[in-house]
Amino acid sequence: MTAVPTSPAFKANASAALRDPDLQKALRFVRGNFIGKRASAVARLPEFDALRDSARAIKDHALAHLDLYLAQWEAKVVASGGTVHWARDADEARRAVLDICKAAGAKTVTKGKSMIAEEIGLNDALEAAGMTPVETDLGEYVVQVRGEAPSHIIAPAVHLTKEQVAADFRRVHAGLPADRDLGDAAKILGEARTILRGKFLAADVGITGANFLVAETGTSIIVTNEGNGDLTQTLPDVHVVLASIEKIVPTLEDAAQILRVLARSATGQDMSVYTTLSTGPRRSGDPDGPKAYHVVVLDNGRSAMLGSKFQDMLRCIRCGACMNHCPVYHAVGGHAYGWVYPGPMGAVLTPALIGIDKGGHLPNASTFCGRCQDVCPMRIPLPDMMRHWREREFERRLSPKTVRGGLALWAFFARRPALYARATDLAMRALAFAGRRKGRFSSLPLAGGWTATRDFPAPQGATFQARWRKDHG
Amino acid sequence: MSARDDVFASIRAGLGVRGDEAPRRAAVEARLRDAPRGVVPARGELDLDGRVALFKAEAERVAATVVEIADARDLPAELARYLRDNNLPATVRFGADPFFDGLPFGDTALEVSRGPSEGADAVGLSRAAGAVAETGTLALLSGADNPTTLNFLPETHVVAVARGDVAGDYETLIARVRAQFGRGDMPRTLNFVTGPSRSADIEQTLVQGAHGPKRLHVVIVGASA
Ligand code: SF4
Repeated sequence: MTAVPTSPAFKANASAALRDPDLQKALRFVRGNFIGKRASAVARLPEFDALRDSARAIKDHALAHLDLYLAQWEAKVVASGGTVHWARDADEARRAVLDICKAAGAKTVTKGKSMIAEEIGLNDALEAAGMTPVETDLGEYVVQVRGEAPSHIIAPAVHLTKEQVAADFRRVHAGLPADRDLGDAAKILGEARTILRGKFLAADVGITGANFLVAETGTSIIVTNEGNGDLTQTLPDVHVVLASIEKIVPTLEDAAQILRVLARSATGQDMSVYTTLSTGPRRSGDPDGPKAYHVVVLDNGRSAMLGSKFQDMLRCIRCGACMNHCPVYHAVGGHAYGWVYPGPMGAVLTPALIGIDKGGHLPNASTFCGRCQDVCPMRIPLPDMMRHWREREFERRLSPKTVRGGLALWAFFARRPALYARATDLAMRALAFAGRRKGRFSSLPLAGGWTATRDFPAPQGATFQARWRKDHG
Repeated sequence: MSARDDVFASIRAGLGVRGDEAPRRAAVEARLRDAPRGVVPARGELDLDGRVALFKAEAERVAATVVEIADARDLPAELARYLRDNNLPATVRFGADPFFDGLPFGDTALEVSRGPSEGADAVGLSRAAGAVAETGTLALLSGADNPTTLNFLPETHVVAVARGDVAGDYETLIARVRAQFGRGDMPRTLNFVTGPSRSADIEQTLVQGAHGPKRLHVVIVGASA
C-alpha cells in the first residue's frame, strides 16, 4: 500500500476546507507571500526564461536517455562505496528502507523532508517495525506531531496558523514551563530547535530525499533552508537517500542550471540556504559523515508515464510554484486533494500514480486559468494534461451521472446550434427575470458546486451568442 | 526478473528503445564528456574586484556578514573582534586545514580546539574551497581539513575564503572541483551555503536561525589588486 488516498472524496474534502476558518486564515499567507517573492526573484534575473528553456531541455534529454543515465549513475554510486536499491513500487521501497534500518539496529530514525517518504507511507512502516521516525524539517515535524500529512510540497504546515502550532507544542513537549511564550514564529522555531537537537545526535539512521541524482558523479543533491537535512545525513552512521527514477540529471552543470530556477520558483530565494552534494559514504581520513550510504530508487508508476501524454510531468522538480499560484489551491488548501501531491502538479500526477479510479476527480479541480503553466519553471503544460485526464475519465465512464448527463446534453445541443441558441436564449431570459432583484443567485439547481462558495451573477438579458451577432453581425 | 531489471525494462518499453542503440549511447557519452555550461547569468561575469564586491552584496542580502582582511595572519584578531562585538563566547573549533597552521591565535584570548564537532561547540571556523559571487554562496568540501559537522552544529559559523577563490558563477567552481578530484569524482560532501539557516514554515514568516547556524560570518582573505 502507498499512503492511503482520500482523493475520491475531493468534493467533500473541498467543501469542508472552504468552511474551515483556521485553514482559510492560514491560506492567506500562501497568496500573500509566495507570489510576490517569486516575482521579485525572477525580475532580478534577466536570464530567467532562458534558464527555464535550458532546464526543460536538460530534463527532456535526461528522460529520453533515462535507462542509460540511470545505469551510469548507479555505477558511480557503487564506485564511490554506496549501495543502490531498486524498487518497483511503494512496498518494495519500504521494505528496502526497513531492512537497512533493521540491519543497523536502528531505534531512532531522523528524516529530512522527502515527498517519496510520504508517497510510500514510510513513517507508519517504521513505527510498525518498532522504530521511532522523527521528522526534522519544522513544517514536517509539526504535521507529524499532529498526525497529519503535509498540505504543500515545500511548506508542509502551510495550512496551520501559529496559534495552532503553539497549542500542539504545549501538548506534546512535556516538561517545559506551561506558561512559556510561544507567541511568534521565532519562539516556536527556537523550541523545535532545542527539542530536535537531541534527536539529531541520538539518531542511528538518517533518511533524506533527493532533488537531483547526478549521473556523471553518482551524487545526490538536497536543497534545504533549515540545515535539518544536513544534520540528518551527517550525524548518524547510516544515510539513506529516497529518490525516484526521474530525478536524474546528466552532469553537475545541468544540476546548476536547474538549481537556478528551483529556489526562485519555490520560495523566491536566489538559492536555498543549503544545497548539499553527497557522494558515497565517509572516505578514509574523514572525521565525520555517515559510514554507509544507500539510495533507494523508486519507480511506482513513473516509467509507465514515459512515452505517454504525461511524460512531460516527469520534468517536475517539486518547486510548488504551480500550487502557490493556483486559485483552487488558494481556496481549499492541499489536504482536499486527498493524497501526497496537491495543486495542479498533484492533479496531473496523482491519477498517474494511484490510478484514475482514485485520482480521477483531481483534474477537475481547475479553473483552467493557466497560471500554473505560466509559472512552472520546467514549462510543464499542466492544463493540457488535466484536460487529457478529464477526457480519459469521461471515456472510462467514471464521472458521476449528473456530469455525464450534462455533457451529453451539451453534446446534443452542440450538434444543433440553432436549437442551442433558442434554448439558451429562453434560459437566459428566465434567469434574468428570476435574478432581477439582487443581480446574483446564491443558489441554483445543478450549480451547487459554484454557488456554495460564491454567487452566480444573474445574466443581463441576452446570451453571448446573441450579443456577438448583434455587435459583430 | 529482479526489481532492477523490471524497472529498466519498463523504462525502455515506455521510450520504445532497447538500450544498445549506438546513437543514444553516443549522445550520453558526449554530454558527460563535454558537460555544456548552458545559460550562465551575466551578473557574475566580472573581474576579481567586481566579483568580491558582488559576493559581499549578495551574501549580505541573505543576512550573512562579510569583512575583508589583507593577510591571513589577521584572521585570529578579526575572529576575536567579531565574537566580542556580538557578545559570543571567545572559543573556536576548526579542522586540520594547513591554512590555519601557524596563525597567531595565541595573540588573542580565544580558546582554540581542532577537529569535528560533536555538538558542544559554540563557534565553528572553516575554510571554504571557493565562493560564488552570483548568489553570495560559499562552497565547502568535507574531509579532515574542514569537517562537515562544523558547518552545521555550532550556532555561529565563521568561514574564511581566499580572495582569489571567489568565482563569478557555479560553473567555474564545478570546473575547479573537477580538476581537483578528477572527472566524475567528488568529495564525500560539497556544501553550497547561502546565508545562515532559516525557516519560513510557520505562517510563511521568515525566521533566521533554524537547525543550522544562527549566524554566518565570512572573512575574505587577501590583498586587493
Ligand atoms: S509542475 Fe512545475 S510548478 Fe508545479 S511543482 Fe512541478 S516544476 Fe514546480
